[in-house]
Amino acid sequence: MIWYNQKLAKMNPFSLTGKTILVTGASSGIGRAIAVACSQSGAMLIITGRNEARLLETFSMLEGDNHQQITADLTSSVELEKLVESLPKLDGLVNNAGIAKPLLLQFVENEDVDDVLQINALVPIHLTRLVLQHKKLNKTASLVYISSINGNNCAYIGSSIYAASKSALTGFMKGVALELAPRGIRANCINPGMIETDLLKDGVGEDELEKDRLKYPLKRYGKAEEVAYAAVYLLSDATQWITGTNLLIDGGYTLQ
Amino acid sequence: MDSNEFIKNFAAQFDDTDASEFTLETQFRELDEWSSLNALAILNMIGKKYSVVLKPEEMKPTNTVQELFDLVQSKIS
Repeated sequence: MIWYNQKLAKMNPFSLTGKTILVTGASSGIGRAIAVACSQSGAMLIITGRNEARLLETFSMLEGDNHQQITADLTSSVELEKLVESLPKLDGLVNNAGIAKPLLLQFVENEDVDDVLQINALVPIHLTRLVLQHKKLNKTASLVYISSINGNNCAYIGSSIYAASKSALTGFMKGVALELAPRGIRANCINPGMIETDLLKDGVGEDELEKDRLKYPLKRYGKAEEVAYAAVYLLSDATQWITGTNLLIDGGYTLQ
Repeated sequence: MDSNEFIKNFAAQFDDTDASEFTLETQFRELDEWSSLNALAILNMIGKKYSVVLKPEEMKPTNTVQELFDLVQSKIS
């Protein structure tokens, strides 16, 4: 039976067996779900996050052995460089860490712009640049960026800076996809609609959320694991001819 | 926390209602121009001016400027 499963895993184009994958922002929400799903698909994970206790919680949820966890604040260029230097060669990199600050533009201050652009756009840009410069990417590696429908397919009140950060990420991904294609390295974005995570629950009331969920043709928000399955897909060998794309996961929201 | 200043900050989030019309007794949800956009503006204003992060559901039971003032005050002290 074990032999059978191993053989199946080998033949399965969606398997991540034998791949080493780094996931940022893995201490909660979508990042946690991605790390867990990748481990279930056979990958060896390196997970990072800012909150040590919650990162440990994610770590304990991973299936299989030989995973690593590194607590780091990637907005610090020193910590980012240190992280990259300590990495083994990667087959996959999931740039997931992100923040949202619901603020009308009239209340936005310098530091709000800096925080959101830094975490959502600059960190993925610098991380990608550094793994490349330090030669940490294997041939045919897959780079996945968790972007958003917000800024790419639609917009929301109180999130213009977030929208700017996510469309910056999408533009960056396209440049990377083109530039690294000769090496067989792929880059793609996932554009999720609203996903049920703690990030979401911080800013909005339950009544408002319920009303908003009904705006989705599929009548609910997405689940973190539904984004995770898309990440597994883009990290796997099943998508070796997919690069520079935006995978929309929005329950039909942007159809309307 | 000064109530007059709070009223001024509160009134600044409205475009059509004259600032002089606002008092502690104002039932803000009854104003013609009241919308969820004003609600977000007021939450943002409270966050920025008073460093108090209110959730929309915490603001929901308040109807007068006084009630909201008291709520913010209770979070500060």
